[in-house]
Formats: sequence, C-alpha cells, structure tokens
Amino acid sequence: MTNPITQVTLKNGMKVMLKEIHTAPIISSWIWYRVGSRDEPTGKTGISHWTEHMQFKGTKKFPANVLDKAISREGGRWNASTSHDSTRYYETMPADKIDLALRLEADRMTNSIFNEKEVASERTVIISEREGSENEPMFRLGEAIQNYAFRVHPYHHEIIGDMADLRTITRDDLYTHYRTFYVPNNAVLAIAGDFETKPMLKRVRELFEPIPRGITPPRLARPEPEQKGELHFSINGPGETTFIQLAYHFPNATNPDYFPLQVLDSLLNGASGLSYKTSRLYRALVDKGYAVDVSGYSDASIDPYLYRVTITNHPERKPEEAVAVLDAEIKKLQEELVGKDEITRAVKQARAVFAYGSENITHQAFWMGYTAMFSTYDWFTTYLNKLSRVTPQDVRRVAQKYFQPSTRVIGIYSPKGKGG
Amino acid sequence: MAKLIAKPSLPGPKDIYQAVLSNGITILARSNFNSPSISMGGYLPAGAIFESDEKLGLADFVSSSLMRGTQTRSFDAIYNELESVGASLGFDSGVHNASFGGRSLVEDLPLLLKLLAESLQTPSFPKDEIERLRAQLLTGLAIRAQDTADMADMAFDQMLFREHPYGRPSDGFPETIQSITRKDMKDFHHRHFGPRGMVIAIVGAIHPKKAVEEVERVLGGWQVTGQVDAPLLPPLKPVRKTMKHHHTLTGKSQSDLVIGMAGPRRKDPEYMAASLGNSVLGQFGMMGRIGDAVREKSGLAYYAYSSLNSGIGPGTWEVNAGVNPANLKKAIDLIEKELRRFIKSGVTKEELADSQANYIGRLPLSLESNSGVVSAILNIHRYELGMDYYQRYESFVRSVTRANVIEAAQKYIDPERLVIATAGP
Repeated sequence: MTNPITQVTLKNGMKVMLKEIHTAPIISSWIWYRVGSRDEPTGKTGISHWTEHMQFKGTKKFPANVLDKAISREGGRWNASTSHDSTRYYETMPADKIDLALRLEADRMTNSIFNEKEVASERTVIISEREGSENEPMFRLGEAIQNYAFRVHPYHHEIIGDMADLRTITRDDLYTHYRTFYVPNNAVLAIAGDFETKPMLKRVRELFEPIPRGITPPRLARPEPEQKGELHFSINGPGETTFIQLAYHFPNATNPDYFPLQVLDSLLNGASGLSYKTSRLYRALVDKGYAVDVSGYSDASIDPYLYRVTITNHPERKPEEAVAVLDAEIKKLQEELVGKDEITRAVKQARAVFAYGSENITHQAFWMGYTAMFSTYDWFTTYLNKLSRVTPQDVRRVAQKYFQPSTRVIGIYSPKGKGG
Repeated sequence: MAKLIAKPSLPGPKDIYQAVLSNGITILARSNFNSPSISMGGYLPAGAIFESDEKLGLADFVSSSLMRGTQTRSFDAIYNELESVGASLGFDSGVHNASFGGRSLVEDLPLLLKLLAESLQTPSFPKDEIERLRAQLLTGLAIRAQDTADMADMAFDQMLFREHPYGRPSDGFPETIQSITRKDMKDFHHRHFGPRGMVIAIVGAIHPKKAVEEVERVLGGWQVTGQVDAPLLPPLKPVRKTMKHHHTLTGKSQSDLVIGMAGPRRKDPEYMAASLGNSVLGQFGMMGRIGDAVREKSGLAYYAYSSLNSGIGPGTWEVNAGVNPANLKKAIDLIEKELRRFIKSGVTKEELADSQANYIGRLPLSLESNSGVVSAILNIHRYELGMDYYQRYESFVRSVTRANVIEAAQKYIDPERLVIATAGP
C-alpha cells in the first residue's frame, strides 16, 4: 500500500497515475471520466450510463466483437460502471498484454461509432436492466429516497435514468454527450501492477498525447438548499417484508467532518466489508427483535450526498418502533462521548480492510483513479491517519450536526396485502 | 531496481503444504507474504444430504447457528472479538458439506482459529438466538419467494432433480424451518459434525508449518465417535421430454428464465471439454453466443449467459436470462436455436482457440488474492484433481479438441429433453 506513485499531466491535460506493484504478473488499467448521472439535465437522465454501454459497441479499429474477443482471448477481465460523479472503464490483464487495453482506451476516447442500430438494440437492453431493478423493493425504495432528498441537485435521479428518457434519448444526444465529456483533459488514467514506470509512461504518452485537448466540460452544479423539516413517504409493492430506509444529508468527501462521520458510521453500523453484528444499531434493533437486519451506507462524493440506514423490519413489529429505537441510539451519540477504545477499534477495522484490499491489484488501481475524482491520492494514503486523529468530541459534534430529524428523509416499503 | 519480490509461481506440490492430523483433519497451507493478511476456508461433511424432507433447511439452520453462542462465549462476545480486529468468520451449508471461511490480519489468526474451533465443537444453540435466527431465515425465505431469479432456479432444480437431494432448496421452506426444534439441531450437530473428512486451507503471511501448528493446537484434540457416513446419491431420473414450469409472481416488471439439463461432474473426463464448449456458448467475451443472440443482436435482455455447474455429483448445464415478460417466448426460442446449433456444429477452431487462450490467460488473475488461492487449493483437493493441477492446467486446456467439445455437448444437451423454468408475471 505504501509504494510511491507517479503522477503526470500530459500536454493535452490528461492526468496519469502509475503505481508499480510487482507481486503478481498482472496489470490493471483504469480510465476515469469526470461525467456521471449528476451531469444530466431533465430529459436526458441515464445518458451517461447509456454512453458507457455504447463504448462497448466498437470503433473502426476495434469493431464490437473484435474488441471483447481481443481482451478475453488474453485472459483479461474488463468492465465499466457509471456512478453519480464519474464513469470508469477498466481492464486487468496479464502484464505482458496490457498494451492492448491501452490502445483500446486511447482509441475509444474519440473514435467510438455510436451506430444507429446499436443504439436501438441497447435501448431495449437498458430498459430491461431498469425493469430488472424495478423487481427489487430496495431499488424502488432507494430511488424514491433520492427523489425526496434532492429536489434541486441532479443527485435527484437514479444513475440508470427515468423510463421516459430511456425511451426518447436519441443517437445524436448520446454522441454529443460522448464528444462533450470524453476529452483527455476530462480524464484520468490510473495504472497499477507489474511494469516499470519509465517505459510505461513513454507508451502512455505515445498513445494518448496525440489526442487533442477539448473544451473542459463544466459540471452541472445546482446546490441543494437545506432541507427544512422531515420528509416521510411510503411506497407499496408485492411481497410480505417491510423495508425502511432513512437518509441523512452528509458532507462531501473532502469536508473535514467526513472522517469523524466514518468513525460514527462504523460505530452505528460496522466497518464496511466486515460483519456488523456488534454495531450499535445491530445490537439495538436486531438483537432486541425489532428488525431482522440493519445496515448503513455512505458514498465519497463530490457534492454533499447521503448517509442511508436500511432496516429490514421484523415481521411482527411496526416500522415506527424501529425508527424510535434508531432515534434513541442517535441521541446517545449526540449526548454521550464515545470511548477512546471505540475509535481505536474503528481504526483497527479500517487497517484490516486496507490490508485485504492490498492483495488485489485491480483494487489498488481503482483507488488511485477514484480518489482523483473528488480529491487527490493523498486522501487515500492519509485515510488511516485521519481516522486515528478523530476524537470522541468530534464524533459527538458530527452526530449533533448531521443527524437531525428535520433534515432527514424516511421511506417505507410496505408490502401489499400486509396491511402496511 | 524494482522487482525485489519473487513472482509467485502457480500453486503446486512444492508450495502447497499438506498435513493430516491424527483425528483425520486435512490441512492445506501456502505462504504469501505480500500482504499482512491471511485467508482461511474449508468444509466438513455435514450438509443437507443428511436431512429429511420434513426438516428441510436443518443443515443450513445448524451451520448458521454455530456462531450464535458456544459453551464459553455468547453470540455478542464471539462477534465482538472478531469485529474488534477487523476479522471475519462465517459458515455456510450445501448438499454435501458445511463450509466455513474467514480472514484476518496475520497477527489475529490464532483468534480466528480459536473461534472456528469453538463454533465447530461446542455450539450451545441458545434458545433466544435460535428464535431470532429463525425469524431472519423466514424473512429471507419471504424475500426469496418474491425474487424471480431465485424462483426460476428453484423450479429448475426441482424439475431436473426429481426425488434427488439436489432438487431440494438447502435453505428449506417456511413450514420446514418452522418445524425445526432446538433438539433437532443439537442432534444433527452431534451426529454429523466431527473431524473426519474435514479439510481446512490457510493462505497468507505465515509459514505453512506454523499454520498447521495453529490448527493442531485448537482442533487436534477433537474426537467424535460414530460420525455417520453420507448416503449415496440416487441415480438421476431421466428427462424423457421437455419439461416446463412457470412460477407466477405478480407485480414484477421482469421475468427470469432458466433453460438447461444435467451436466458433468467435476471429476468426469469430459469436464474440460464441456467447460470450454460452454465458454463459447454463453461466457466468452460479452457472454458468448447466447449473449450475442439474446442481448447484443436482439436487445432482449440485460443479462443472458450459460453456465456449467459441476461438483461431486451430477452438475447442471444451464442458460439464464432476465427478460421483459412479453419477450419470454422469443428469448426461449432464440436460446433453443443456439443449443441446436451448438450440438449440431459444435464450435469453430477459432472459437475454441479463443476460449482456450482465455482460460490460460485468466488463471493468474483468479489466483491473485489469498481467498482465490484458498478456493483453488480446496477445489483440487476436493475433486482429486492432483496437487500439480494448476501447473498442468495449460496442457489440460490445450489438449481439448473440437471433437471433444461436440462429443461432450451431444452427451448432455438434447433440445427435445430440456428443463425450462420461468418466473414472473
């Protein structure tokens, strides 16, 4: 984890991050674009994710099934994903085959075709993806939470987009979106693995530097006004299980309060990637029989986003009871100082999660590019230090500041035919 | 200069350390000092094969209860020890085995093994915890009942594996979970949990001999008399003509489908040919020919692929897809067409070479993390593939011919004898 990294900005503005790791004959290459669902105006929701799909439909040099066959033939793993804040593509390959991935990414930064027929067939694929998600109560609940929590900010809509827009977005809309945001000065290339930095950088320059700089696209920024008063909604659907989701507005990842909130999250809901059966909410809600499960989730985001607590209600309990128990736990954090040992525990948990992550080269390349989207790589390397400097007073202060009922949203999924 | 650390070679007899304790526990260990962590996994023969139809889900309920309290520690105390150091441990259950897995920083391996040993040997099945767990299992089943993919899978297994342990859902049904008593659980644990047949693999920043010592310290004294042998698997009932079942789930916007048949066992000689053939059919690139026909060309589905699931007994060879309910028939027709083409003309030379290259090239990726190596070495042990399997892997893959693929395809796939399960509106 402590290997130094090389960071260079090419003449065309593309940022390059390189990290040598010589533990296995593997290289993982990620290219990140500063565009996500938060850059989509009404009428074009889902266009970033759809553009990501179209990036697999080929260029002149790498036609659609030549592309995927070429990567797979070398035993590579590749995929892409779109988030609120960014779109990223990766290839993890045997070290001696990485050149193919670099050539492919350089080519599809500008040369993707966006064929009309492919757009039509992808439209139904994405509609089908959305229909599959709509089968899930948690998708429906989560989408409604975003709708309620963000009236103004484009975090309002789901990444996959609204059905109305998925039916009407055109090939030209997609292509314009692609050419606007896929410029080198809006991209970060992060490569980790079994290579020597000097020749790797030379090769990256050869492939990417000839791509002309574009106009740096502005990001859609409509700050969300402060929420005044608790919002509450319920939705219905099939099944017999009641789910509750509570969302609190959280600061962005570079806000100093982010770190005490991470400690608070691990006290409330456990450390990410580990079991959470001794977290405060699990003990209060599940051990006491109000719920059958509870979990918490926040995102490192560019703009202030949400912290969500999801509760799977006990079939014989009312959702209001679970919410009251949660409120009592939050009140404790707002009134009493947590023990220093609890903070030490949260830091040790994070240290273990970091160690597990360091077994995996793909994971390490991910973190370089990911942090570049909202901060710098230092955010990652100093994470454990910042966590260990959090004091009990910090935790109490952020509990008071961010966990107010007046700025939260409560959503309930009530199964049909269960009286909910 | 860089490259100070020696590149790991593929796991083999020289670096997978094997030991068998006097009570029958097999230990497999391999060092990896690149990260200060360790990964651990294993199994013992205490799966659902031992449970009756009336108590379906018993084996699973028992494994899920092992960490709910032991003679010396409560549920909360067990998890407090684990979570305080960022370690994890969990149990699961399949038809043949109860399995376990965990990871920790290397300094916490003794703790991890101590909790594993306690959970296996002295679970106390506390009454309150059992009831809490029962409520969780029942909620899980209620969620399963609303999941189109789960319901299609279940219907598929029930049709294909009639009167066979593989046809039963190992998480049971609400009424069977309701009927299981604490005594059932204690009896099941007493009869089936023991050192005989247990295997444990440890990979990470530790010398193999030290790992063996650590296991021996906490599990070496475990003795159980009268551990019951597993019953033999009954023969599969043949599918005489295509069987179909639709499970209706109202209020859903997507249907799931499973089309398939029985497949080879992992140990069968045609396994590799079938696996490479399956890669061409529904895996390679963007999910092979099936993905191409159903997703890329017709835009019918977000996912469509085929898989070969092989283990100790007969496996399944199946195609899965999620489609709009209106397109269900169209998707089934397209998939059947691909299956017919597959058994008639097999795979092309180029397709086979592509998949072979993919299998060989991706091997280092699958062995990158400690947990990847744990499951790899457990597999070669369990299916008796030989400790040098990964070193000989490339030649196994390359030796498969087009004739082998078509032979395997024709042996298992018959378009007139398919099992077709769907779930949705």
